[in-house]
Amino acid sequence: MNMTKTGARRFAISGRSLAVITGMSALAGCVQIDTPDKPIEINLNINIRQEVVYRLDGDAKKLIEQNSEIF
Amino acid sequence: MGKNEMRMMTWKPTGLALAAIAATAAVALGVPSAMAQRDPAYAAARAAGQIGEQPDGYLGFATTPTPAIRALVQDLNIKRKAAYTASAQSTGSTVEQFAFTSGCNLIAKTKPGEKYQTPGGAWKTRDASPPERDARCP
Repeated sequence: MNMTKTGARRFAISGRSLAVITGMSALAGCVQIDTPDKPIEINLNINIRQEVVYRLDGDAKKLIEQNSEIF
Repeated sequence: MGKNEMRMMTWKPTGLALAAIAATAAVALGVPSAMAQRDPAYAAARAAGQIGEQPDGYLGFATTPTPAIRALVQDLNIKRKAAYTASAQSTGSTVEQFAFTSGCNLIAKTKPGEKYQTPGGAWKTRDASPPERDARCP
């Protein structure tokens, strides 16, 4: 009974020191990230395929012609 | 006779309403052609290369804008988005797809001296040569 208690404590101690070591190593391997100085670009490649662009081209031209004050 | 009169009576206002609608429609149709010219401030900022066309179908700032130019561009971009949204719905596409397709055309339509943004994000001044556009542009 007594043996198991000490065993448990030893476990707890080793667990704590392990956490300290992990923390230290994490600090040592810390990577510095700076905020980007360029504006974030939105990637348009996600869901625009060429065939869609070709299909919409005529309607886009019409829209631009009919609303020339905003284009 | 009385029946006809009644009909006339009932039809008259309808006819007037139709005429009013037709007149309104004519005015509404007439408005775009009358308004087809760009706001002089917008035309000036474009010509000066302060603002330009982006590949996504919206206007952007090639140089740091004045508050007036910023407000002007924001207003135009809101109107463009509304127009793209309506067209996207009628063509069964997304707003981004329709806006992008329009961007292809708007960059192609830039005049020498005006600014446009390349697919890489750099601002270029349009010259006599074809503009640098996305590979998916028709």
